[in-house]
Amino acid sequence: MSERETERGSPYAPQTAAETTAMLDAVGAADLESLFDVPESVAFDGEFGIDARSERETKREVARLLRRNADLTEFLGRGHYDHYVPSVVDDLAGRSEFLTSYTQYQPEVAQGFLQALFEYQSMLVELTGLGVANCSMYDDATALGEAATLSQRVRSVSGDRILVPGHLREGKRAVLANYADGPGLSVESYPMDDGAVDVDALADAIDSETAMVYAETPTVRGVVEENLGAIGDLADDHDALFCLGSDPVALSLLERPVDVGADVVVGDAGSLGTGTAYGFGLGMFVTREEYLRQVPGRLVGASEDAADRRAYTLTLQTREQHIRKERATSNICTNQAWVALRTAMHAAWLGPDGLVDLANECVTRPRDLAARLDEVVGLQAPVHDRHHFREFVARTDQPASAVAGDLLDEGYAVSEVGEHLIQVCATETTAEAEDGLVAALSEVAK
Amino acid sequence: MKYDQARWTDDGDDRYEPLLSEKANETVEIEDAALPDDLTRDSLTLPDPAEPELARHYTRLSQMNYGVESGPFPLGSCTMKYNPSFTEDVAARPDAAIHPDRPDATVQGTLALCHRLQDYLGRIGGMDAVTLQPPAGAAGEFTGIEIAKAYHEANDEERREVVIPDSAHGTNFATAAMAGYEVVELPSDDDGRVDTEALAAAVGDDTAALMLTNPNTLGLFERDIEEIADLVHDAGGLLYYDGANLNALLGRARPGDMGFDVMHYNVHKTFATPHGGGGPGAGPVGVREGLARFLPNPHVRERDGNYEYYEPEASIGKVHGFYGNWPVLVKAFAYIARLGDAGLRDASAKAVLNANYLAEQIDYDVPFGPFHHEFVASAGEQDAADAAKRMLDYGVHPPTTKWPEIVDEALMTEPTEGETKRSLDQLAAAFDAVAAEDDETLAAAPSRPAARRIDQVSAARNPRLSWQALDDA
Repeated sequence: MSERETERGSPYAPQTAAETTAMLDAVGAADLESLFDVPESVAFDGEFGIDARSERETKREVARLLRRNADLTEFLGRGHYDHYVPSVVDDLAGRSEFLTSYTQYQPEVAQGFLQALFEYQSMLVELTGLGVANCSMYDDATALGEAATLSQRVRSVSGDRILVPGHLREGKRAVLANYADGPGLSVESYPMDDGAVDVDALADAIDSETAMVYAETPTVRGVVEENLGAIGDLADDHDALFCLGSDPVALSLLERPVDVGADVVVGDAGSLGTGTAYGFGLGMFVTREEYLRQVPGRLVGASEDAADRRAYTLTLQTREQHIRKERATSNICTNQAWVALRTAMHAAWLGPDGLVDLANECVTRPRDLAARLDEVVGLQAPVHDRHHFREFVARTDQPASAVAGDLLDEGYAVSEVGEHLIQVCATETTAEAEDGLVAALSEVAK
Repeated sequence: MKYDQARWTDDGDDRYEPLLSEKANETVEIEDAALPDDLTRDSLTLPDPAEPELARHYTRLSQMNYGVESGPFPLGSCTMKYNPSFTEDVAARPDAAIHPDRPDATVQGTLALCHRLQDYLGRIGGMDAVTLQPPAGAAGEFTGIEIAKAYHEANDEERREVVIPDSAHGTNFATAAMAGYEVVELPSDDDGRVDTEALAAAVGDDTAALMLTNPNTLGLFERDIEEIADLVHDAGGLLYYDGANLNALLGRARPGDMGFDVMHYNVHKTFATPHGGGGPGAGPVGVREGLARFLPNPHVRERDGNYEYYEPEASIGKVHGFYGNWPVLVKAFAYIARLGDAGLRDASAKAVLNANYLAEQIDYDVPFGPFHHEFVASAGEQDAADAAKRMLDYGVHPPTTKWPEIVDEALMTEPTEGETKRSLDQLAAAFDAVAAEDDETLAAAPSRPAARRIDQVSAARNPRLSWQALDDA
């Protein structure tokens, strides 16, 4: 399509002028406009004022805009992580049969995607030890919101309190608050002790009105939670659901959620398969089999076809909005299926060895970097005397805003999480940049 | 015309691809970990294919999957239009792959693109302000209804009901319930549109909003939209526009001009971002003046050529942990910027032309009209679901079936602007071939795709949702 031709219409509407005329004749219409049954009083006769561009010009325009993003080396995490995604994932997931397909309402011509999602669900079952994984929610925050509404549906006694850790990403809490609003749940924080759950304080806070207890490992500050079993026991003693936040990389190494009494596992499964994407994620949702019929979102199951062969299909759809309407377990329809496909591909590419190695590196790399930063004048790291995963908080003698701001000038981004606290995230993708960060901090932190 | 576009040629065992777990499962014992033993799991069992095996596995799976580039995809209500390849390239730019926690000053490019997209969508929908945060259409609905709730609460009003036509998408009902509202279902009138007398009786002091799709799921424009808007507004409620069918109206009518107060856009429908086997999409929400203060936190604004996030004064809070499905938004921006006014208008014109032409060509009866970008045919004496399965044998993706229920044995058909006349003729030949077949043939279908008819009852009665749960695993 030449640049001149874009003036004529959509380059993706392939009808020729002759075809258009023939088709108008066939339907008995004088022209295209007469096909629109729009009353004059609400018809739009203006312009949007958007100029058409050629493909080449459009690419240049996007490039022109995005070039304004600063070129920074990011040591940022707090719920959105960068892990190296192999090229084969882009290549395979980009195949149009996957990318341009729809939700698998005709399973006979969607066996490939269904099997891939079945495999994704199976991987999460292995990682968590829980029996049922759905095939995606939007992100970790909305998955947590769905867990809260699940707790209200499945819990045998009344109660509307959702207890969440004091260290929680504000955006995640805000989403949870919106999901909690409709069913009348209240979200309350319990305190932390040196970056981890203060179990005694949680024991004081929990009561018979508690519908769900939420905890994370690693926490938003990168702390590996050491008392998950005790938290699970507390929740169990009060007939509250225990919802655990984590991600597939961490779960490759950390305690299995089923072994600490977790009832639901949520988190960002997009930490595998996506890389840094401005918060674009993949809501992981895994729970016990006993809650199967209350699970939100789509489920892929195995069945048989008429030739008695194993085949896959969306199943238990009577939970969903298109069948159950206002009595559905959630309003979710479009989800993040393609992101789940990428996650499964990435996990399979790594294999169990690769996943465990990656997870170990997520422990050792921040540990080593924190030790180096602790040697820097004006810094103490890590602030919390805990094990860390991917990231840690450091104390700054100078105001954190000044340290973080000066680092930006040096081309490095870290998070400012308190007046004298910065947070640093280090994964395999920052390996070559750590020396530079240490050098820059040595200059700006003193 | 004889049908000649069949695509499924696989036979026998070639159809089958083993699970990854059946090909290459491996157990790793966790020893000498970087953490104390009591903080780690004991072992991990997962597939461990080498990259060549991995490539073949997923390539084979892709061959057992049907997408827009495989052939016609006239799935009603889903707008399965062609997804331009170049939008994948722009979304994959390295300078788009940034972390959401950077300071505003270092993400001016991203914010500029978001601001432009907000502006474009506002112009297209006739809305004053647009948020890009909702990650899907249903999330957009939730955002919109939360905005309506916040609006009424700001007016010290407690309204408990959301009114929804019986022909609406299931998400509308589920969204209203999720936001804590009672649903009042509105029956359609004899010509398939909103029954204004029934609406007048349904709205009142308890009405928070009416959720409406226009054109509706039968493809019909709600010609009484101004009266509908007056009825809802006079009762003190807000009018919500479900943007699922916006592809019918680009440049011909705008929700804002019709009296809608809040709307969502399905960029994965109207603006050609790929559906990805069920997602990701994006569901930006537009509002009229006066409602912008309730938009999700944060919102992007421009000041002296620079862009910044801010929290709207009465924000409903957040509906996504970060800023929504950013890569999808980049693709939508690129599509709109590519087409411009003329292209967007043409897309709608050709989508409507294609639907009208296809309806004219097929033997099935189409009871309601005049329709726009989609029509609902009736399979008549045939079972619509069986007819759809038989269409698979002809190598085309079938329409949405048995919905909306207002048409018996519904075949809800939306060919989009992406089909040529020849392709539509082929599609019509497939429809007509199926229309002429007996029930036995339909019930036995399909026989040519990778799987024969799949037993849904067995799948639900004996749920096997992971390879760990397979009897033969």
